[in-house]
Amino acid sequence: MSESDLIWLTIFVLSVFVGVEVISKVSSTLHTPLMSGANAIHGIILVGAVLVTGTSDSTAATVVGLIAIVLATINMVGGFVVTDRMLQMFTGRKKEPRG
Amino acid sequence: MSGTTLGLLYLIAAVCFILALKGLSSPRTARNGNLLGAAGAVLATVTVLTTKGLHHRELILIAIAVGTVAGVVAARRVQMTQMPQLVALFNGVGGGAAALVALLELHEIVAFDKGADAPTFTLVATAFTILVGTVSFAGSMVTFAKLQELMTTRPVTFPALPVLFAGSFLGGIALSVVLVANVSLWVGVVIAVVGLGLGVLLVLPVGGADVPIVISLLNAFTGLSVAAGGYVLGNTLLLIAGTLVGASGTFLTRLMASAMGRSLANILFGALKGGSTLGGGEVSDRPVRSGGPEDVAILLEYANRVIIVPGYGLAVAQAQHTLRELVDELTAKGIEVDYAIHPVAGRMPGHMNVLLAEAQVPYEQLKEMDDINPQFKQADVVLVVGANDVVNPAAKTTPGAPIYGMPILAADEAKQIIFLKRSMRPGFAGIENELLFDPKTTLLFGDAKDSLSKVLSAVKAL
Repeated sequence: MSESDLIWLTIFVLSVFVGVEVISKVSSTLHTPLMSGANAIHGIILVGAVLVTGTSDSTAATVVGLIAIVLATINMVGGFVVTDRMLQMFTGRKKEPRG
Repeated sequence: MSGTTLGLLYLIAAVCFILALKGLSSPRTARNGNLLGAAGAVLATVTVLTTKGLHHRELILIAIAVGTVAGVVAARRVQMTQMPQLVALFNGVGGGAAALVALLELHEIVAFDKGADAPTFTLVATAFTILVGTVSFAGSMVTFAKLQELMTTRPVTFPALPVLFAGSFLGGIALSVVLVANVSLWVGVVIAVVGLGLGVLLVLPVGGADVPIVISLLNAFTGLSVAAGGYVLGNTLLLIAGTLVGASGTFLTRLMASAMGRSLANILFGALKGGSTLGGGEVSDRPVRSGGPEDVAILLEYANRVIIVPGYGLAVAQAQHTLRELVDELTAKGIEVDYAIHPVAGRMPGHMNVLLAEAQVPYEQLKEMDDINPQFKQADVVLVVGANDVVNPAAKTTPGAPIYGMPILAADEAKQIIFLKRSMRPGFAGIENELLFDPKTTLLFGDAKDSLSKVLSAVKAL
């Protein structure tokens, strides 16, 4: 393991703790939107897909990369939009006069 | 843009994601949290597009546009009842994208000096990304098929399954070792194929009612896969975001499993031990007491305290609004009415809250299981609409039942129980419900919306 690997490992370990800590008090009402929101966040693999496509040298690699971009974008954009739709209902309810 | 600037912008995006998860765990901040996450994602995407020396920029933009349109259309069009499938689908394509990215990176490693200088750690992480990404992809697709009822929702097992599963799992690890020793794109492709098989084998034995927990687990898998991909590409944002989702997803999976009183191992492998075979899905011909809408209306009318147990059947029939009208009518007559929400009512934890919120049911009437359970004893009538497994006493009384150990709503303690059901068909878990044959129980057969509107007019007529 090189010294830079140690930095990567540090980031990884700290992120594990942050990931658990920030959601540790979630109520069961929000399990579904939280899962859906977290799901949208890993759509950030889009950044990786863009990077590998942008450096691809063969047509085949470019095509595969573009497929990865489409898939990652669906994950990311769709995930955030559907989460917002769910949450809109939660907050919309408070504004209802009959609520 | 310099490398430092890029790094700083990625850092801002990572902070957005952390705050997004934080926001999503509390009702008041949830929506802003999600929007903040989206802002972070947009920032990161714009940032990567400005990277120096990026080829095929136009094609990349077109691909992003195509994905955006597809994602938005799917997310907007989906019925709230079908949302669990959509989340599974989004998760699957994310895992697939991660695996493809790792394969492409492997292709570059091979092209560059035949990978002679590639560090062991990078190759291990590449193999991990491919394997876990494809497991997540294939697993999510099977999950989708189960939830969409394209295939049976019951656990699928066959005698060779455990051996095949263990074989593929060890095979995946062995192939990763081979990849490190002998860098080749083909080994990567074989790992991907093994991962696809492993994903299918992982989800097949899981019963319908447990599928949502598997979605959450696969969500965590995709996160870890993205994190490993971040290491391979040397991108801190991917590492942080992927790890965040991996860690919080694993934690959330455990929370959900414990809400059902199950261990994760039991959910994944319970069927293999023959534990879930009780769910025969057969329809019994034992006698039940059924009634008409007027009988139900009279029972409700004479009650002082009514508790409603809504289930997936309510949502399928789109009867939330009619139910709310009925509850309004009863409340106007001075009857105290609450909704008892089981944590896994619907098809995902918290799903029922979303569905009832859509019908503008006031938040105060939605009671969580632990709060409402002691009150069933005082309830004159429990009205079970399109629910089954969540009030099935077999969870308490029948060891070996697929749902044994799952906390249930104590509907059996009420003075009268009314079931609105389409048929005598068992619930999602595929087991018979003793409560249907209880002398205190009245059944009203029919589509939930249809039945509810008949009951509503009968109540109004009284």
